[in-house]
This record gives sequence, C-alpha cells and structure tokens, in this order.
Amino acid sequence: MPLFEARGVTKRFGGLTALHGVDFALERGIASIIGPNGAGKTTLFNVFTGLYVPDEGSVTFRGQALLGLRPDQITTLGVCRTFQNIRLFANMTAVENVLVGMNSRITLGLWDVLSHNPRFRRSESDLAARALGLLDRVGLQANANVVARNLPYGDRRRLELARALASEPALLLLDEPTAGMTQGEAGSLMRLLRGLVADLDLTIILIEHNMRVVMEVSDRVTVLDHGEKIAEGSPREVQASPRVIEAYLGRRGAAPRGARGA
Amino acid sequence: MTQTLLSIGLMTASALGVATFPRSVLIFLLFQGSLVFVYRARIPELLRWSLLVVALLVLMPVIGYFNGYYLEVATQVGIFVVLALGLNIVVGLAGLLDLGYVAFFAVGAYSWAIFGSPHANIIFGGGFPLAGGWFYPFLLIGLCTAALTGILLGLPVLRLHGDYLAIVTLGFGEVIRVLANNLDKPINLTNGPKGITPISRPPTPLGLPYGEYFYFLVLLLVVVVVIVNRRLEDSHIGRAWEAIREDELAARAMGVPLVRMKLMAFACGASFAGVMGVLFSAKQIFINPESFTFLESIGVLAMVILGGMGSIPGAILGATVVTVLNLQVLKGFSLWLNELKNAGVTVLGYSLADLPTQFEPAKYERMVFGVILVLMMIFRPQGIFPARRRQRELTTPGG
Repeated sequence: MPLFEARGVTKRFGGLTALHGVDFALERGIASIIGPNGAGKTTLFNVFTGLYVPDEGSVTFRGQALLGLRPDQITTLGVCRTFQNIRLFANMTAVENVLVGMNSRITLGLWDVLSHNPRFRRSESDLAARALGLLDRVGLQANANVVARNLPYGDRRRLELARALASEPALLLLDEPTAGMTQGEAGSLMRLLRGLVADLDLTIILIEHNMRVVMEVSDRVTVLDHGEKIAEGSPREVQASPRVIEAYLGRRGAAPRGARGA
Repeated sequence: MTQTLLSIGLMTASALGVATFPRSVLIFLLFQGSLVFVYRARIPELLRWSLLVVALLVLMPVIGYFNGYYLEVATQVGIFVVLALGLNIVVGLAGLLDLGYVAFFAVGAYSWAIFGSPHANIIFGGGFPLAGGWFYPFLLIGLCTAALTGILLGLPVLRLHGDYLAIVTLGFGEVIRVLANNLDKPINLTNGPKGITPISRPPTPLGLPYGEYFYFLVLLLVVVVVIVNRRLEDSHIGRAWEAIREDELAARAMGVPLVRMKLMAFACGASFAGVMGVLFSAKQIFINPESFTFLESIGVLAMVILGGMGSIPGAILGATVVTVLNLQVLKGFSLWLNELKNAGVTVLGYSLADLPTQFEPAKYERMVFGVILVLMMIFRPQGIFPARRRQRELTTPGG
C-alpha cells in the first residue's frame, strides 16, 4: 500500500475542468509535479490538503480516506504544505509562525492555559525550544523574533517551510518553494530538503518550475497539462516523453530546459 | 533616577492636589496622567508596580472619600476596561469584527436583574428577589449565560468575514436589545422599556460603603481579566486566534481547528461582558434596554481601536480615555462654561450668557469623540499603545 494515493481526482469550477481523473501515488522520497501554468498543479494540492473537495475520486494517506476531512484534521494526520504565494502570518514573529504550525500536536485544554499548571509550562518551553530548533535548521535562528512581514523574500520562503515542518508531517507538499530564488539559493534549499528527507523520514511532493531543481532532486516526476496527467516516471523518462515536450514547447522542439518563471 | 523622583513626586503631588481641591477635574486628570506616566517611566519594575498598586488600592479610595464622584468614574472605567478587554479578544486577537458586543453585557445584566429583583415573582410566582449573597454565584451564571450566547452568535457567522460579519453582529446586538425592549408580553421577562428595579446588591464585607465596595470588586475583576487575557494570548489558543486574524486559510492548513477557535473567541469575549453585566445591574439597581444600545457597542469598539488592537495595555488605556472623556472632561467643561455664563463673564465684548444652550460641550460628546478617532486614524492608526510582539530567548538545547 502506498503512503499516499489519489485516484481519479476530478475537480470542476463551473464549466472549467481543472483536474480530470488524475491518479497519483507515492511510496517515499521526493516526487515532483510539473506542468505549464494553469495545468492544475496547485488545485491538486488544494484537493490533497482538504481546501477543495473534488467532484470525483478518492485520496488516501496511510490507507485512510482524506476526503471529507477538514484541513486541520488532515494536518493532524501528518500532511502539511506550503503555499505558492507565501501565506505567512505576517504580523507575527518567525518563531510564533512556527509555533502555530505546532498547534495540531498540542493536547492542552483551556484549563491548562488559564491555570498555567506545570504541564502547560513544560509544554510551552518544549515548543519554544523545538520551534527555535526548526528555525535553526532552515537557517533563520537569528531572525526568530523578527515579524514575518519584515523578513526578506528568501527567508519568508524558508520560514514557511519551517512552519510546515512544525506540524511533524510525514508528507510535505511544497508549492514552488524555489520561486523567485537564484540558482544558488534554490540549490541550497534542495540540499536542505534532501537532508530533511533523510533525517525526518519525510516524503515530499514538489510543485516546481525550475527544471534543473526538478531533474536533480526528484525520484519521480508527474506532468500535468490542462488538468490531465500526461506523463509519469523518472526524470529521464519524462524528459524524453514526446507529450511533455509538446505540452511545454509546442509540436516541434527540444526537451524542457530552464525555468519558465513563476 | 530623575524619572523615579518624577514618578513618585507626580503621583504624590497630584493625589494631595485632589485631596485639597476635590472639585477640580483638572487635578484629578493629572492624577490619572501620573498613573500612565508611572506605567511608561523608566523605573525599576518593583517600584513601578508598587506605585500603581498603592495608587489604585489606597489613594483612589481616599480620593473617593473626598469626592465620591471620582470613585464612580473609576468604577465605570473599570467596567469598560473589562468590556474592552473582552472585545479585544474577539476583534483584536481573532480579527472578528463584532459590532454587537454590548448584547453580551445585556445578557449578563438581565440574568441578575431578573432573579435579583422582585420582578421574577411575575414569572415564577414567589420567593424572589434572591438574597444579596446570590450575587456571587450569579457572576458565574452571568459568565456562562453570556458565553453560551457568544457561541450562539458564533455558530451562524462562522463562514462570514469582514463587512458581512460586522453586519450580522450588529443585527445580533439589536436583536438582543429589541428582545429586552419587547419581552414584557406575553410573559413579562424583561419588563420592556420600563426596565427592572430594584435589583438586589450583595451585602458588603466590613461595612464598606457601596461606592468603595464596587470599586474594589471591579478592580479585582479587572486584575483577573487581565491575567486571563495574558495567559490566553501567550498560549497556543492566542496564537491560533492571531493566525486566524492574519490568514484564515493558512491557519486552517497549518492545523488550526477554525470552528472551535472562533467559537472559543466569541465565548471568551462574551464571558467577560457577562460578568460585568451582572455587576453593572447590581451597581445600578435599575436597568433598562437604553443601557445596551448600538452606540455602546461602538463605544467599546472605539476604546479597543483607540488603545491599539490586540494590546492589553491599549485596551485599558483606551477604555480609560474614552470613559474619562465622556464622564469628566466634556461634562466638566460644560459645567465650567455654565459657571462663566452665570457669572456674566464677557469675552471680547460678547456676553457668554447669550450663548445658546446648543453650544454646551456635553452635547458634543460624540462629535469630539469622532474627531479624536479620525485624528487617531490619520496620525497613529496603530493605536496609543500598539500590541508589541513577545520577544523570546534565543537559546536552543545544543542549538
């Protein structure tokens, strides 16, 4: 049984079919979803994380059906994500952003909070230490008390990653994590992801436009176009697929190359 | 060092001043100002808090002995501080714009007013009013009733944001007021616009006069509410509320249970108002729907905005400024102008006695208030004491 599996996912918005019978399965490692703009990649993520309810199809994680669950329940099960257009809690500090990410792991109730009992105090200091540890991991420790709004762009992307990691996910969905980064920054982010996969037993699904990143880091690549899966396989196989070449470049041309931009 | 001396000096001088000239509004304002100064001054924490405790626990009641009205003002300030802190949770932290907040205050007030007055005999036959001692359990009952009402309001508005939420909560506030106004038929629950009186008061300990008694009770509740507020704010619950305010969709995706957290915000905010409602009805002896109009909700909201949304010191200061402005500054100004008129003073050849009564400053209460809000929004939109982010120690084990 795969860790994560989606079958026949169809999502319509009025007359537009954003996803058409998409199958997707993942055992472990890093999988990438690529495709031209408007192919339905982010819609697929929104279905996976419970923000959209698909019209047809099923999504299971560790054998449990995710459809019908609220986004926070899905996060509690161990699926968390980042957003294409960075959605941090802008007026909260970096460490507070990460702490919010831990909410699904907190079992304390109102009484613990109001009474400030030892259980609560221990939990708060543990959380703070873990949050700072995560910030350290993504290289943001010095900016822990900086309000998210004031962080530079690259740091905001990395903070979003730390916030998603805070929920202790087994499956992490990253929506264009290297968008707007230089090739060097993207490379170091990918090294970080590789490390996380190894250390935390993390499985990652990546939406990415930066082809160098995709080809370097992915174990498998899925290509979407107009809401349909047109190719799937190892990076090499996908690169050679005529349908992929056609989707990216039109009828005659070379293999996809370089970033298409966000 | 200079600030230490200045703090002690200012507070002592103004307190003595109030004792010497108990009628002077200006000197009482100076006393209040000295409290703010002490709160902000660069002095040792221990000194700061001892000064504030002495001022509120000792000086203020003594001042009240010289002029009972000042104690009444201080009590009113306390009531509004609690209301502002409650609304601050809903609006400031969770970002849910609530324009009908005073409804929860009304629910608390009516819950004690009905059972703490002979009025309940009309409904239940006899045995009322409840003895004054019941007032204390009713603080808790008022809290629960208001919290339940909060959840009741929260349920239908869970999906609403911004303007839409504001409209519905505004309607809700009006519904409660209109209910209070009209539930004298078929069963006389609220006695309609005539209101309910006399409402029992609790027996005071140590034979304390009611003025002082309610002052201390309000002060105690303010302290409790501030502690509760701070603890909520510095916990996963407060962080979840702020996350909802910042980005609801991201908060959901990060594992914040939206429904539970929103309902909790409404319930917590409402419960503060409920407790204060119970106290208010006992203090006033008489309540009617006039005390719970839309304008009151707006007033409390203005306190929160003026002070700084999401900031506890801000809500306290906002409530103080607005209440003092309404009860003292404008009224005092009117009184002073009247004295000048009666004394037949002329300014630049114009006899003040000819001044039409329409020019009384007390009648411009809401206008002055509006102008202050407009100026605030232009020059200091974040409020007087904006919320400050908590700074954490940057140490990790083995970091």
